[in-house]
Amino acid sequence: MSEAVFVVAAVIILAGAVGVVASRNPVHAALFLVQTLVGVAVLFVLNDAHFLAAVQVVVYAGAIVILFLFVIMLLGVDKAEELRVEPIFGQRPLAVVVGAALAAALATVVVAGADVLTGLRRAGGDRALDGEATDIERMGRVLFGEFALAVEITAALLTVAVVGAVILTRRSPRPEATEAPVSGDA
Amino acid sequence: MDLAGLSVGWYLALSVALFAIGGVGLLVRRNPLVMFMCVELMLNAVNVAFVALGAGLNDVGGQVAVFFVLVVAATEVVIGLALVVAINRRRAGATADDVTLLKG
Repeated sequence: MSEAVFVVAAVIILAGAVGVVASRNPVHAALFLVQTLVGVAVLFVLNDAHFLAAVQVVVYAGAIVILFLFVIMLLGVDKAEELRVEPIFGQRPLAVVVGAALAAALATVVVAGADVLTGLRRAGGDRALDGEATDIERMGRVLFGEFALAVEITAALLTVAVVGAVILTRRSPRPEATEAPVSGDA
Repeated sequence: MDLAGLSVGWYLALSVALFAIGGVGLLVRRNPLVMFMCVELMLNAVNVAFVALGAGLNDVGGQVAVFFVLVVAATEVVIGLALVVAINRRRAGATADDVTLLKG
């Protein structure tokens, strides 16, 4: 059963990924991205990571892709990109070669490390997945115990991101506003 | 592992394929928005590997790592899209090639 789910989810994920890369219209690319993200969420469920699956759908497919669509519509760049023109000579073939080399290198690492990845080292205590607790309970214990400092730093990171986004997109104040104090003749 | 007959290797193979597709997309496409989507593909490939390895090692650490990756991906998208909006305001229809104009 789980093999069938995995195969179907893998096909959905890879088809969506190819769609993101190959579709000429950015809106279509965003929708293909949703397909891939939902497929990944299915794999999370298959691995008993139910909380992450929910977060994947809500945060990724819900928030991030909507943000993408928002910016696409805001900028009006939802017209098809001409994929046949090649501004830099030889970029496409070179990119495919580099991608194939990357895949080959990673596959080599996976095959070579196959013995290490067989689950010989099994975690215990709070981190063990086969205990009584639900996955959300386990994550909470580890996040706010072992990784409490990292969670705090994450909060700072989110604050910096919000402030940075506001500063980057803020329009500069109108010129007449800055000239106002100069007019005083005291 | 309670995934009967389905080893971590299959997940890693899928992860490798997804990562490579995302990398090729990042190199091929010139629309900065689509390039960001390809970065998301690569991050998701890593997430698949994290969760599968966590399940294989019976360790919740993989899921915790995915949690942090999600947060960093969200901040990356926020800052990246803000940059895209700022560049497009100055120069409509900018592609990744036009970002060289930022040089002083």
